[in-house]
Amino acid sequence: MKFLCVECDQQMAFGERQLPGDGTLAATFKCPKCGRVVAMLTNPMETQLVSSLGVEIGGRTVPAEPFEIVRANVVTGGPAWSNDAQERLSRVPSFVRGMVKKIYGDYAKDRGITEITPAVMDTARAELGLEGM
Amino acid sequence: MRTYHQLTDPDRSGLADQIGAQRKRVAERLAGVRRIVAVMSGKGGVGKSYVTANVARALARAHKPVGVLDADLNGPTIPGLLQVLQTAQPPAIGLDGVKCISMGHFLDQGAPLAFKGPAAESFVWRGAMEASALREFLGDVEWGNLDVLLLDLPPGLQRYIELCDILGNAPAVLTVTIPTPESRDAVRRAMRAAVDHGSELLGIVENMVGREFAGTAADDLAREFATPVLARIPWHPTPDTWSALGSRL
Repeated sequence: MKFLCVECDQQMAFGERQLPGDGTLAATFKCPKCGRVVAMLTNPMETQLVSSLGVEIGGRTVPAEPFEIVRANVVTGGPAWSNDAQERLSRVPSFVRGMVKKIYGDYAKDRGITEITPAVMDTARAELGLEGM
Repeated sequence: MRTYHQLTDPDRSGLADQIGAQRKRVAERLAGVRRIVAVMSGKGGVGKSYVTANVARALARAHKPVGVLDADLNGPTIPGLLQVLQTAQPPAIGLDGVKCISMGHFLDQGAPLAFKGPAAESFVWRGAMEASALREFLGDVEWGNLDVLLLDLPPGLQRYIELCDILGNAPAVLTVTIPTPESRDAVRRAMRAAVDHGSELLGIVENMVGREFAGTAADDLAREFATPVLARIPWHPTPDTWSALGSRL
């Protein structure tokens, strides 16, 4: 993408890039003739689309690391499920099983629990009021 | 008002240059690879990964350095077939010394491929993310000198098209089918796409021959595309079966 100062008929130059940390991006562009500055603001989906391509608006400041997209974006590290816990989860009706699994997963993740066991499920159920799950 | 292509001042973002650098990295990494072969069918369940892994092992046993790139990012099976699960520094080394890279190396056991990012309308960026992962598998692995790099493609054409874009040219294609007319019809579309993109058709492997699956898919496709049937793989192939196929590649 490029920006044109219509009044001056001048291509605007990239100024700075800001990543507020909420998935959005702000990039400023300045007209070299009149000094007018505009900001391009992208929503999280647009920002993600650009970063998915492995490119950076404003140019790269550091060289690409090996597997940087895969390592930075693939979801890993969720808690493991013990065999007993998996068996118990399998008895949850299939239409809510995914939601229940996520609830227990989030519970474990929030508390730094690396393996979900039936005991962890019991504790979570009591704390979260999930009787029957 | 001037249009995009009329604005020619240098662009600090240099997005085109960044893409060019990505391509250069892939080309440099693959400089020692004598031949890239995409194993494809356009159809699921015909045994592409099984054929890929076993051909790779046969080539390795014949003292030809070989690598396998598992391009089935959502259903990686190569680590299991080559008996390598995790590796800190790809490529992993599988059975018979086959080098391999797979999304399976990055995922937790049994976990589906999921990316961080906004969940709403994730289809908008997920395809780009998968293509970038494929590019990293090609360009960030120290493949070294290989006689053949086999690319195990998932069903469908999307990954093949991404591959052509990333490589900048169309790789040679080894086609896998089962004997049935349903498979023939699906594989025909994939072969036609491969021809349209300029791929060399190396030949056809007919898998799962001799039992329930009846038909003449391999012969039909071979005749239609003027390409050889390289092998007919029975339900219980021997190492010699794979060696014979490897010798024809």
